[in-house]
Amino acid sequence: MMLMILDHVNYIYSEKTAYEIQALKDINLKIEDGEFIGLIGHTGSGKSTLIQHLNGLLRATSGSIYFQGQDIYDEGYNRKELRGKVGLVFQYPEHQLFETTVFADVCFGPKNQGLSEKDAQMRAYTALHEVGLPEEYWYHSPFELSGGQKRRAAIAGVLAMKPEVLVLDEPTAGLDPKGRDEILDQVAALHQSTGMAVILVSHSMEDVAKYVGRLLVMSQGSILLDGTPREVFRHYQELEAIGLAAPQVTYLMHELAQKGLAVDPDATTLGEAKDSILQAFGKRQRRNRQENYD
Amino acid sequence: MIRDITIGQYYPADSVIHRLDPRVKLMAVACYLVSLFLFRNVAGLVAVTLGLAGIIRISKVPFRYMVKGLKAILVILVLSTLFQLFLTPGETLVQIWKLKVSYEGARNAGFMIIRLTYLILGSSLLTLTTTPNQLTDGMEKALRPLGKLHVPVHEVTMMMSIALRFIPILIEETDKIMKAQLARGADFESGNLVKKAKSMLPLLIPLFVSAFRRANDLAMAMEARCYRGGVGRTKMKPLSYHRRDGVAYLVIGAYFLGVLLLRKVS
Amino acid sequence: MNFIKARKLKFEYIRRDEEGNVEGLLTALDSVDLDVRQGEFVAILGHNGSGKSTLAKHLNMLLQAEEGTLWVDGKDAMDGGNVWDIRKSTGMVFQNPDNQIVASVVEEDVAFGPENLGIPTGEIWKRVENSLQSVGMVRYRSHSPNKLSGGQKQRVAIAGVMAMEPKCIVLDEPTAMLDPNGRREVLEAVQALNREKEVTLILITHYMEEVVQADKVYVMDSGKVVMQGTPREIFSQVDRLKKYRLDVPQATLLAYELRKAGMDLPEGILTWQELAEALCSQYQAR
Repeated sequence: MMLMILDHVNYIYSEKTAYEIQALKDINLKIEDGEFIGLIGHTGSGKSTLIQHLNGLLRATSGSIYFQGQDIYDEGYNRKELRGKVGLVFQYPEHQLFETTVFADVCFGPKNQGLSEKDAQMRAYTALHEVGLPEEYWYHSPFELSGGQKRRAAIAGVLAMKPEVLVLDEPTAGLDPKGRDEILDQVAALHQSTGMAVILVSHSMEDVAKYVGRLLVMSQGSILLDGTPREVFRHYQELEAIGLAAPQVTYLMHELAQKGLAVDPDATTLGEAKDSILQAFGKRQRRNRQENYD
Repeated sequence: MIRDITIGQYYPADSVIHRLDPRVKLMAVACYLVSLFLFRNVAGLVAVTLGLAGIIRISKVPFRYMVKGLKAILVILVLSTLFQLFLTPGETLVQIWKLKVSYEGARNAGFMIIRLTYLILGSSLLTLTTTPNQLTDGMEKALRPLGKLHVPVHEVTMMMSIALRFIPILIEETDKIMKAQLARGADFESGNLVKKAKSMLPLLIPLFVSAFRRANDLAMAMEARCYRGGVGRTKMKPLSYHRRDGVAYLVIGAYFLGVLLLRKVS
Repeated sequence: MNFIKARKLKFEYIRRDEEGNVEGLLTALDSVDLDVRQGEFVAILGHNGSGKSTLAKHLNMLLQAEEGTLWVDGKDAMDGGNVWDIRKSTGMVFQNPDNQIVASVVEEDVAFGPENLGIPTGEIWKRVENSLQSVGMVRYRSHSPNKLSGGQKQRVAIAGVMAMEPKCIVLDEPTAMLDPNGRREVLEAVQALNREKEVTLILITHYMEEVVQADKVYVMDSGKVVMQGTPREIFSQVDRLKKYRLDVPQATLLAYELRKAGMDLPEGILTWQELAEALCSQYQAR
């Protein structure tokens, strides 16, 4: 089923002043239930503005947004409830963690939804399990956690509201490589187990290519490319023109194909590249598709 | 909305006012504020208005940009006007139900609006045309005699300049925290006063934690750049008077005298 | 002689509980040896909490070790009297660009260091001009730092250190909070300083792509130096790096995987260009 539809959405900051900036230009977008979407673009491309429209924090200057068939700008539409359905986790967990314990902090969202203390605790319990935060940290102060654990606590705080779509704004910023992989694996597992739609905002093509089924590339307030990672990275020259880069693998495979090797230039992940190169060299490997390359 | 506060912001432009020595500007603002409370008739009003309008004109700061800063104090403005309007005893001008507006009240209220507005405009002009560093340098130098009384002038002015640097950053951060909590269903608006105060905790705690962290980081960065108090420091832009500053002092003196003389006009 | 020479440095953080009683000791540096020659570009890698930032803070005496010896630019860093000389010769750039810019105008911030050193006004102007030039930020000299991008702010911070005319700059995760464009800007700026002004560079990071150009790499884990060598030597040990919660560039990882699958590729491939070349020459040799 169609989860969200954005129809000719425009957004202008500081309209009618000298500082007027059109942050979103005619965005048309359909998001289906259960999709795993990567949203890429450099700073100022409009991706942060876009995700704040999804849960109604920002209101489009013109255009409409439909959530499960209902116009969220309709009079009488409960936009506060929408924030529970479109769970938005901002980049810095430090901006939302405030309670004395992690557990109490995760209860904050469900309590705002009007749930009883007991129900809120049930939600927190499930959410903390879902993000894989070890129980020993649940009653610590959120300020004592490491970067990766803070991130998990923050995601749990939004998950506890039982959203239908989870939007994560650069969940790996500032984490070390292992921490980054752990968080992304956890998000992928979460997507698998709950079937909830996930939108992952990121700077890193490598990260996104590995996980998502659909990639959106934004530039100067518009959606420039929309497709599977393979389709999008085929346009690697366009990506470069807007200051982004495709994964290293894409460059390698194109170079090899150009030099006459029979490899698949559209391979986007390490695993695909490896298989394709081995095949070109006639070393057919036992295909072990689920092999973990991190 | 929160970004509209222009008090304490610097507006870069190339004008005589921008180039004046900050000590002159401090003196000018002090004189201007005093003059605002000295004038008591229409002639005086004309003088303070012309004075302000002239300086805004010369400063090349767009008037619209300055007015935006007034929004922040609108509530104070309205409240104090209402107090003046209804609570000044005197000859009744109009009566609405039990509230009497006296002739004096109306006049006081009118003057109050003008005084407060000019006060804000005048003092924001100081920060709009003076970089925080210049401003604090000016204060440091103007207040230097207090150092003899063991007042830590350098430290205080350094703190002020750092505060001015971080105000916009913390305002932006407040905005982000607010959004993060709104996304979790927080409600900063409804409820009675106690409930409202309590609902600010999810905003204030992350803000304080972050401010302390920033303070810590900054202290370390300053130390790493060999900061060790005011002793032995030199300046990139040491304050020195130019001819224009002398002229400005004369203008200020003349203005002040003018306002004093106009008090005698009835 | 080495510009920096550390032997058996040890540093412990004291952990206290809520009442202020000592709960335990956390060894942040454990018998660390470090050698950096004048003009070198040295990278220190490690995951968050590995002790690499603690080490950085020792290099300009923001922290002082309890045990061991540390010499910076021929001066004993264990002697508190040398603190200003050492801070002058070894500048430091931190992770958060906002939290290290003091002034509200770019050029006034760059002047902060020289002002603290008591440099005469005329000379300060020259230094500000030169150091803004060296990071390509002259155009923004009268801007407010708040209006700049992350990468630009970090370049201002670097200019602020350069204006003190240090022999060495220590960068403590300068790119961790930046987007890819900002990261590139900052790296290009510091590498140019290293090449053209022969400033010794110590880059602390967990991004592998950033250390490919380094002369020498140190890897830290739980307070110890666990690996050291050229980038090629380090990156050929993919398994060990993974154990230390680190990563290798994608091209290196792919080469490693292909080698494991039986292909005959040279060790220590760092870039996709190198990998493409190796694969092509193999293909032709067949």
